[in-house]
Amino acid sequence: MSEAATTDFEALLRRALTPVDPPAELSARLETTLTSIADLAADELESWELRAMRDPRNWVRPAVAVVAGTTAGAALVVLRTKQRSKQRRKQSRNVVDLAERTVNDALREARRIWR
Amino acid sequence: MADLDTAAKAALDAQFAELYRAHLRDVYSYAYYRVGDHHDAEDLTEQTFLQAYRHFERALDESDGRPLRPWLIRIAHNLAANLYRDRSRRPQTHIDDTTILPAVHTTEDLVEGRDELKRILAGVQQLPDDRREALIMRFALGMDNREIARAMGRTDGATKVLIHRAIKQLEGIVESTPNGDSK
Repeated sequence: MSEAATTDFEALLRRALTPVDPPAELSARLETTLTSIADLAADELESWELRAMRDPRNWVRPAVAVVAGTTAGAALVVLRTKQRSKQRRKQSRNVVDLAERTVNDALREARRIWR
Repeated sequence: MADLDTAAKAALDAQFAELYRAHLRDVYSYAYYRVGDHHDAEDLTEQTFLQAYRHFERALDESDGRPLRPWLIRIAHNLAANLYRDRSRRPQTHIDDTTILPAVHTTEDLVEGRDELKRILAGVQQLPDDRREALIMRFALGMDNREIARAMGRTDGATKVLIHRAIKQLEGIVESTPNGDSK
């Protein structure tokens, strides 16, 4: 077959294999499913974070992030968290309790800033 | 840090949403021509995006900035292979006639071209899996050799040869199929 004939054949092939639009209900269903999964994953992440915060070994990461203050937002978190330090000290039963309250405060502030 | 994780997750989801919007039609087209009916194509498309979502972060890291379409099509390819393995059957050949020529054509074009296009489409379904897939990627999705090579896990050279042979074999099949006897 000549080159021109091959080109013609490829043009026919392109017409035969025209892209197919997905049905509208598939798009809607898939988007709903993906959104649900994303929400579930976010909830899971959040509950993992809360669980993890009860374990003192996991306090290092957020504490380092907050104290290091790599962004303006983080600096603001530190500032606001520090402003509440006296109040926390008064409310705390012991050092561990104070540390937990500090981390929770920092997380609350971070949520407010980055939301 | 907790909210940094959440923010990173949201950013990742936004990137995935972009990928989904950009390639839903590609994945569906691939699935449709690969499996041959709309019902299975819908299932395959859905499963492809669910699996892609699960592994998106890693794919993004490993892609090194390259387009992710070949990765998506590769997922669809693997799922389609599993589908046939599970059902122990070949793809259906009852591709809906209404799929052919959905673009604007004159009535005369339709009458003259429809039969030839039907023969081509029937011929595509007779090709070995790898050749059929390469043609679907090239002509239905408009992928270039490099993208097809990535999707199929082959070298660029091997892909070029594969496509060339697929076209030649298809031409032979179409030529040997009498007019009006494509079904």
